Amino acid sequence: MATAAAQYRICPRTGLQFHKSAEALIKVNAVAGVVALLLGGVLALLITLTRWQAVHLIDANEFYLILTAHGLDMLVVWIIFFEMAILYFCSSTLLRCRLATPRLAWFAFALMVIGTVTFNVVIFTGDATVMMTSYPPMPAHPAFYLGLILFAVGALIGCFIFLGTLVVAKAEKTYEGSVPLVTFGAITACIIAIFTIASGAIILIPTFLWSAGYISHIDPAMYRVIWWAFGHSAQQINVAAHIAVWYAIAAIVFGAKPMSERVSRFAFLLYILFLQLASAHHILADPAVGTEWKVFNTSYAMYLAVLASMLHGLTVPGAIEAAQRAKGYTKGLFEWLRKAPWGNPVFSGMFISLIGFGFLGGISGVMMGTEQLNMIIHNTIYVPGHFHATVVIGTTLAFMSLTYFLLPTLFNRELILPGWAKLQPYVFGLGMGAFTLAMMGAGTLGVPRRHWDITFAGAALPYEFPGTALLMIAIFGIAGVIAVIGGAMYIVVTVGTILFGKKLDAGAYSTKVTPLRLPVQVSLVEDGGHGGGWGVPGTFVFAMVFLVAFVLYYFVNWKYLSTVWGLS
Amino acid sequence: MSAILPPQHRIWWKQPVDKIEIVWIVIAFVWCMIMFFMMPYWHVFGKQNLSTETYRVKPELFAKATQEMVDKYTVRTEGPNKVPVVAPPAGSDVYLIARLWDWWPILELENGKSYRLNLTSMDYQHGFSLQPENINIQILPGYQHVVTVTPNRTGQYAIVCNEFCGIGHHKMVSRLYVK
Ligand code: HEM
Ligand SMILES: [Cu+2]
Ligand SMILES: [Cu+2]
Repeated sequence: MATAAAQYRICPRTGLQFHKSAEALIKVNAVAGVVALLLGGVLALLITLTRWQAVHLIDANEFYLILTAHGLDMLVVWIIFFEMAILYFCSSTLLRCRLATPRLAWFAFALMVIGTVTFNVVIFTGDATVMMTSYPPMPAHPAFYLGLILFAVGALIGCFIFLGTLVVAKAEKTYEGSVPLVTFGAITACIIAIFTIASGAIILIPTFLWSAGYISHIDPAMYRVIWWAFGHSAQQINVAAHIAVWYAIAAIVFGAKPMSERVSRFAFLLYILFLQLASAHHILADPAVGTEWKVFNTSYAMYLAVLASMLHGLTVPGAIEAAQRAKGYTKGLFEWLRKAPWGNPVFSGMFISLIGFGFLGGISGVMMGTEQLNMIIHNTIYVPGHFHATVVIGTTLAFMSLTYFLLPTLFNRELILPGWAKLQPYVFGLGMGAFTLAMMGAGTLGVPRRHWDITFAGAALPYEFPGTALLMIAIFGIAGVIAVIGGAMYIVVTVGTILFGKKLDAGAYSTKVTPLRLPVQVSLVEDGGHGGGWGVPGTFVFAMVFLVAFVLYYFVNWKYLSTVWGLS
Repeated sequence: MSAILPPQHRIWWKQPVDKIEIVWIVIAFVWCMIMFFMMPYWHVFGKQNLSTETYRVKPELFAKATQEMVDKYTVRTEGPNKVPVVAPPAGSDVYLIARLWDWWPILELENGKSYRLNLTSMDYQHGFSLQPENINIQILPGYQHVVTVTPNRTGQYAIVCNEFCGIGHHKMVSRLYVK
C-alpha cells in the first residue's frame, strides 16, 4: 500500500490504467453501495406494498420505521458510496496517477461503514422513527445523529482525497493540458459535496447535542433552513455526478467528444455558483421565512442551475448524435438514434436516465420549485414522485449503466446473464417511469406523502379521496413492483458477475506509470466543429419537444392554482 | 476529443461554439427569465400568494385565543369526540390548532368572505392539507402563521395532516365547512 511501490495495470480491453490501491478502494466503495441498494430495495418493496391500499402489507409502526430506513439507505448510503467510487475513478484512473493517501481513504471508508451500521441499528431497534429529515422537536436517539455525522465525516475525507489526487496528478505530470470533462464534472460534485457536508455538520451537531440533553431547544424553522441547505445541495452532488457519468458513457460507447468543452464546463460552473441558493424550494410553504428570500432563492439560483441542466440535456445527446453521424448514420433526423446500441445496457440505461431525468424529474422539479405553485403539491406524494424521477431514474440508473462498463474493466469479469443485463434498464427505467407518474398524479389529487393509510380507517372524521386517486395508487403499486424486479435483476447480474463471472485478462501489474500525452489518438471522431453549426438537428428537435412539454405543463399548473381559494 | 480524456486543444476555451448550442442557450435563458418573472407577477396580479405574516407564540396563549373563539361562536358539535364547529364572523381572526393527533376546532366559513386563519402546532411539526382543494401549508410549533383565506366554493372539506407526526399521523384528519 505504500506509495513508493505503487503498482499499476493497464486494462487490455479499455486501455484504462488502474492504480492498485485505488482499484481496491473503488471496488469496496461500489460494493458497499450495492449492498445498501439491496437492503433499500427490499424495504422499497415493503413500503410500496403497504401504500398500495389493496395490499396494505405491514402495520403502521413498521411502515414508518422502514420508510425512515429506506430513505437513508438509498439516498445517503447507496448513492454516496457509489459516488466515492466515482470520485476515485475520475481522479486516479482517468488522470492515470496514484491515489493520494490510500490509507486515509480506507479510514474514510471505515467511518462511513460504522456510521451506516450505527444509524441502521438505531432505526431498526425503533429508536429513530423520525424520517430521514428528522424534523425537531420530534426526537431520535442521539446515536442516530451520531451515525449520520460519522458517515458525513468519512465522505468529507473522501472528497479531500479526491482533491489531493488531482494535486498529485498535476505535480507528477501524468496528464497534459486541462483535466477531462468528466473529471471536471466530478470536481463540481466534490466542491458541492464540501458545502453540503459543512451545512449538514452545522445543523446535525447541535441536534445531536440536543437529543443528548446538552442543548434545550432547536428552533424548528432554523433547522429546516439549514437542514435543507444540506438536503438540497446533496441532490446537486448527485446531478453533477450522474451528468459526468452520462458524458463518460457517451465517450466510452460512442467515442463521443463534447460538442464544446466551453459550454459543458460553463454549465458545470453554473452548478457550483448557484447551488447554495437553491435550498429554499423545500420551505416555500413555511411560515417564518420571507417572500423575497423565497423568490430570489428558489428562482434566480434555480433557474441558472436549470439553464445549466438544459445545456447538458442538449450537449450529451448532441455529442452522441455527432459521433454517430461521423460514423455514417446520417439518414434523416433520427437514424443515429435508431442505430444506437439499444441492446447494450451501458447505453440504454444511460439514455433512459437522461430522458427520464429531464422529462419527469426536471419539469416537475421546476414546477414545484415555483413559490406559489408549491402550495398545490407541498408534502403530497407528488414530492417523492418527483425525486424518484431524479434520483432513481436519473442518478441510480446512470450508476447502474456505469456498472455494466466497470464489471469487465475494473473487476475483470465477464457479465453473467447478458440477456438479463440487456433487459434490466428497460424493466427498471420504465417501471420507475410509470411509478413516478402515478405518484405525481396521486399527489395532484392531494394524496399525502409518508402516510400509512389514506382511507383513514378508524379516524373520527375520515375523508374519502376521489376514486382516481386510489386508481393512481394502484398503478403506483404495480409499477413499483416492476421497478423492484428491475432492481433485483441488477443485483443478481452484478453480484453474480463479481462472484461467478468468467475471469478476464487483467493486464500485469508493474510500477510503470503510463502518462497521457497530447494529442491522444483514441477518439473515433475527428477533431473540429460539427459541420458548421447545425450538425445535430435530431437533438435540437428533441430539445424543442422538451421545451414545449415544459412550457405547457408549467402553465397548466398556474391555471390550476388560479382556481383555488384566494390566499394572501 | 473524448470526454474522458483531456481536451485536445490546450486552449479549449477559444474554440468556436456551435450555432445550435448558442441558439439553445438563448432560448433556455429566455424561458428561465419568464419563469423567474412569473413569481413577482403573480404577487401583483395573482390571487393565491402565501402570506409570511408570522409571530413567535407560546402554545398556551394560542390555545387561550382559540378557546375564546370557540366559547363565542360554537354552533354545534360533531363526531364521536364532540368537536365544536365554530362559525366566526367574516373578516375576523380564526384559529386552528394542530396537535397530536387532531385538528381543533372545526371551522365553518362563509363563501366569498375573507378570514385571517391563524395556524400553529402545540407539539411536533404538522402539515395543513385542505382537501379536495389541495392547498398545503407547513405548520411549525412556536410560530403563529396568519394566512388570509377566501373560500370560493361551498361544501364540506377535509383537513389532512401531511407532515409525518408520529404513530397517529394517518388518523389526523378533520373537517371544514364553507356555507
Ligand atoms: C425500485 C425502487 C424503489 C421503489 C419501489 C421505491 C418506493 C418508495 C416508496 C413507496 C416510498 C414512500 C413514499 C411515501 O410514502 O412518502 C419511497 C420513499 C423514498 N425513496 Fe424510494 N423507492 C425505490 C428506490 C429508491 C432509490 C434508488 C432511492 C434513492 C436513491 C430512493 C429514495 C427514497 C427517498 C429519499 C424516500 C423518502 C423517504 C421519506 O419520505 O423520508 N428510493 N420510495
Ligand atoms: Cu400531524
Ligand atoms: Cu401528521
